[in-house]
Amino acid sequence: MSGEFTSIDDARERLGRVGYLADEPASLVSFLAARLGKPVLVEGPAGVGKTELAKAVSRATGRRMIRLQCYEGLDEAKALYEWNYRKQLLRIQTEAADTGWQEVKDDIFGEEFMLARPLLNAIIAEEPVVLLIDEIDKTDQEFEALLLEVLSDFQISIPELGVVEARTRPLVLLTSNNSRELTEALKRRCLYLWLDYPTIERELEIVHLHAPELDQAVARKLVEVIHMVRSLDLKKPPSIAESIDWARALLLLGAEDVDQAVLERTMSIIVKHRTDLDLVAERVGVKLGDGLFGRQAG
Amino acid sequence: MASSGGRRGNPALYGGVPGAGGPAGMAPRLLEFADELRREGVAVGTSELLDAFEALDAVSWTSQEDFREALATTLAKSQEDRHVLDVLFDRFFFRAVEREALEQGLAEERFRGGEQLDLDALRERIRDAIRAGSDGEMRDLARLAIAAFGRQGEGSGVIGVDVQRIRRTLGLKGEKPGSELPDPDSVPRDRLQEFERHVRRELERQMIERTQALPPAKPLRELDRALPSNPAQDLSEVHRTVAQLKKRLASHGREHRGRRRSWQVDVRRTMRASLQTGGVPLDLRYRPRRPRRPELYVLCDVSTSVTSASVFFLSVLHALHDQFRKLRSFVFVERISEVTDVFERERSFAAVSRRIATDAGVADVSGYTDYGRVWLEFLGKVVDDLDPRSTVIVLGDARTNGREPHAQVFGQVAERAGRMFWINPEPRLYWNYGDSVMAAYEPFCDGVFECWTTKQLETFVNAMAEHRTTV
Repeated sequence: MSGEFTSIDDARERLGRVGYLADEPASLVSFLAARLGKPVLVEGPAGVGKTELAKAVSRATGRRMIRLQCYEGLDEAKALYEWNYRKQLLRIQTEAADTGWQEVKDDIFGEEFMLARPLLNAIIAEEPVVLLIDEIDKTDQEFEALLLEVLSDFQISIPELGVVEARTRPLVLLTSNNSRELTEALKRRCLYLWLDYPTIERELEIVHLHAPELDQAVARKLVEVIHMVRSLDLKKPPSIAESIDWARALLLLGAEDVDQAVLERTMSIIVKHRTDLDLVAERVGVKLGDGLFGRQAG
Repeated sequence: MASSGGRRGNPALYGGVPGAGGPAGMAPRLLEFADELRREGVAVGTSELLDAFEALDAVSWTSQEDFREALATTLAKSQEDRHVLDVLFDRFFFRAVEREALEQGLAEERFRGGEQLDLDALRERIRDAIRAGSDGEMRDLARLAIAAFGRQGEGSGVIGVDVQRIRRTLGLKGEKPGSELPDPDSVPRDRLQEFERHVRRELERQMIERTQALPPAKPLRELDRALPSNPAQDLSEVHRTVAQLKKRLASHGREHRGRRRSWQVDVRRTMRASLQTGGVPLDLRYRPRRPRRPELYVLCDVSTSVTSASVFFLSVLHALHDQFRKLRSFVFVERISEVTDVFERERSFAAVSRRIATDAGVADVSGYTDYGRVWLEFLGKVVDDLDPRSTVIVLGDARTNGREPHAQVFGQVAERAGRMFWINPEPRLYWNYGDSVMAAYEPFCDGVFECWTTKQLETFVNAMAEHRTTV
């Protein structure tokens, strides 16, 4: 089950088989990305599975994944390549004094003395890869400019060596939490995919996929509670990963119902801010406690 | 595909039965669609269009969803763009189909026999169809419903009114969000909206058939987007601008990146690093530069003379609090009072404005602003905390109601603080007329701005981020 996606349905099905339930836009974009050879810019709130999508694509297509985690101050030495000074120095030192500069120069600026960083790795890889550039919005604008060459032509210019072109076309996914507006130039080169929190039904499927032993009625209620929590104005709404964690925790605790007591005991799994905790306990906990929900399920 | 008919002013936009505009086929239609997108402010470049064509080659054209998604992923590069595209897509292709039908003289067969319909049975069937979410069935039933409704008297002529009337006649209710009591009569909200869309569409179609003309297409802003009229959206706009301000200020300390040479070398760490290279200090280590941390003091006038602007001011303040941790905020009328903790405790804007209005302790004795007194008190409160790293922003109209402006005290504040900005909601033309004493304060400020829209706020943000004389 490796190789490229052949159609949208194929993409959806194979992503599903590796544990990622993709909706229509996500499967279409994953299919188009390989077909058009275009990078994909994935945006959406934190914890909706943007990074997970890249991992799933890598698993489903059998491509190796190369990941570049972005942060403030990331520069080309960490993203593209760097000369291995130490090795160069050793090389020079081991040469006797009688070798000419020209030979040494030709020698030490070769691939052997280069430390390839993720972007260069993705370009020179023999087999097709998935390149994940995670949280691109954390970098500075200058870094985006650096990416343009890689993303549009899949090549990197190294002054000492010339232009390195991609042997195979990597599948590139960029994720962003939308904390900063990305430049038009970058957006223009990408396909755009907005991932949002899933609907109740989808999230139920996802939870079921990852915690299959959990009772359906409990799972449904859990997801409904999660959606209620998300509708509050929280500092950090619970992500999909956290609902899965919560489902697993309930499974371990052997909970048979999601009521106020269970919620208050396990709330810290889905809510991670003190003020948020108070808010959830006050708004959601009370609702669960008065039994409207409880009787329904029981 | 480059020779499109779209250059001729796109007749589809202006109603009436358009002539056959340009060559037939998909490409010209797509270009027209792109044209409409551009008119709504979505930046669609040639490269995006080429991508769209390429993407359409790869997906099947027969599935509407795939077709739309393929266009969306290549043409719309943000969530707002996506929203615009969805609305336009529906309208554009609906109109394209209708136009074609008009030209060909096709008319859909009206549903006859609406008289025999049992309204209760119909109601039941519609409810089931909505719950099942079957697209085709909903459409058929929408036509049935219109027929049944027509029996009870003619429509109002306004489509939106008719849609709601039909919905009420059918007794359709949306589920309340997070409802605990499952109402047997209610149906999922989004599906209901879908049904309403079908009804609306069928009504439109009938109207087009009746009048033999397409209604003119209005620009979206009047239709669906309704941007600045909605205060909540305005608020988010303010938040967006302020977030930008934060980003620009946060990168303040980093502007030296290109001038690394002037950094101070950390000898100890350099020596340590040189051990790896045989004692040759190849890799210089520098002392970290501390980025300048923005320290903000915001003073906000909440007196009656700026009532109209104060909602805007408060929302700016609210947004600032969302973004900056080192921020102290004050509101004043005749005297000043600190409201930093109000903003820190309350998250929702409504709650904040309510609290400030009721018990923020603004010593509002006479209801008249006394700027001079405000400066004296402000200086007294923060005199020890102000330093060259701090920025003071005043939001106010500088109308002192004839009292002493104490410009010298204001000057002292400005002297202690690194930077001083004034945002005035009044048009520049009115400054220094009547009791406005802007001129007295202006020389002490690093910048004064006329600002009462988010657009002007953006100007201020840009100016403030660029202002670097006193670092």
